[in-house]
Amino acid sequence: MHRFANPARFLRMSTAIFPWIAALTAICIGAGLYLALFASPPDYQQGESVRIMYVHVPAAWMALFVYTLIAVASGIALVWKHPLAHVAAKAASPIGACFTFIALVSGSLWGKPMWGTWWVWDARLTSVLILFFLYLGHMALMNAFEDSSRGERAAAILALVGFVNVPIIKFSVDWWNTLHQPASVMRLGGPTIDPAMLRPLLLMAVGFTAFFFTVLILRMRAELIARKIRIARMARVHGEPEWTRAAPGGAA
Amino acid sequence: MAQFFSMGGYAAFVWPAYGAAAIVMLGILVETVRSLRARERELSALDQKSGAAR
Amino acid sequence: MSRFALIVAHELKLAFRQGGGASLALGFFVLAGALFPLGIGPEPGILSRIAAGVVFVTALLATMLSLERLFQGDFEDGSLDLLALSPLPLEAVVLAKCLANWLLAGLPLLFAAPLLALILHLRSDGLITLFAAMLLATPTLSLVGAIGAALTVGARRGGVLLSLLVLPLFIPVLIFAVAAVDAATQDLSARSALLALGGFLAAALPLAPWAAAGALRQALE
Repeated sequence: MHRFANPARFLRMSTAIFPWIAALTAICIGAGLYLALFASPPDYQQGESVRIMYVHVPAAWMALFVYTLIAVASGIALVWKHPLAHVAAKAASPIGACFTFIALVSGSLWGKPMWGTWWVWDARLTSVLILFFLYLGHMALMNAFEDSSRGERAAAILALVGFVNVPIIKFSVDWWNTLHQPASVMRLGGPTIDPAMLRPLLLMAVGFTAFFFTVLILRMRAELIARKIRIARMARVHGEPEWTRAAPGGAA
Repeated sequence: MAQFFSMGGYAAFVWPAYGAAAIVMLGILVETVRSLRARERELSALDQKSGAAR
Repeated sequence: MSRFALIVAHELKLAFRQGGGASLALGFFVLAGALFPLGIGPEPGILSRIAAGVVFVTALLATMLSLERLFQGDFEDGSLDLLALSPLPLEAVVLAKCLANWLLAGLPLLFAAPLLALILHLRSDGLITLFAAMLLATPTLSLVGAIGAALTVGARRGGVLLSLLVLPLFIPVLIFAVAAVDAATQDLSARSALLALGGFLAAALPLAPWAAAGALRQALE
């Protein structure tokens, strides 16, 4: 991991893999959409509305996956002080919030025809709503201080404290009687879902994951450049010799 | 075709779901690229200024 | 007196001298609670169904109000740096401040809650469970809220940010507290809900001071 600690190296590596990850995103989401909307069967109970699943479930998986990544990055940042960990957490948070929002909206649109209601305050939906608020709080805390590194450290602690919500979301459909259907893919006995439906689901999931990493790379680059700008500005204010050019990656 | 668009009667739910996902995901992609370009411009402007000042 | 007790006593003295402290949370609790019958209408049938929820939500908001100044004053005048250097571990300092906060805000709320519930027409067989749930919930709220207060100390718009951070963490406590009272008013057993509340308190007692102290150390760096 120390090989990735140098921001300049990260920038070089991310430039190299970026075209591949962007291509993977386009291919998987494209193929996934084709299968989801055209080449997969409707459900015998839910009819065509089951196609919402191909958006709702990958988005929900991403919401949990991204928060877990942020919690891991926060732990690494606080314990080992890896210089890129805070950057990764800061960059990932808005993307995770987007996926959570999509999961909530698509879930609501799926619930209305299926359950007869736009929303129900059961364990699964409530804890995903809490997850959304945790993302918003994380983003707000990052930007709440004059000293940005203070915001990063505070946000890291919040991410770790809030992580207890993730297993609650995952297992809520098992622990409580809820309206939401229980796990049919990520379970010990293997998936119980029809393979013709599993294929578009997994394609969309991989596509969403690739999308996340594509946008994450872009956001991390932007954040690293923002730091260079801050340093360059401060150096000019203090009349120090310009050295952001000389030292690759600045003093990130 | 009409069958496809009406989604077996569920059109009012399926298309907004896909639409919301598309809007949000494209939205954050666009915002990210814009902000990245703006910062790259700003950094090169700062570099040029200090380069000229030397 | 032990250093721990000294901090608690100091907090209490400060609060009484400044006069604000407890009465603020209690006043808000009663006023906001009274807004509900005024807004929803005085029909006892409707009020009794929402009484438990109103009591706990208002208590939650009142506690949050009392938390804003938990560390802010000490941070601003430098006492927090001194406290961090004292022989007493920062976690114990946090625990002492939480205890003081609970004595000043939580305890009055604890005794005011049954009264508010009565005027909201809560069925009387729910009152004892309400008291028990408040007894378990209010210290948890002080402890978990301290984490938020520690994270936002010195932040711009700290008060609003504190609410955004702390309310999601309060929600499980709220859910089980209301579940306990609802069970009691429906002649079911409130035991499992009260046990869950006890579990939250047991978990919060060691974990919250640890997290809050970590956040304070980051703030003082």
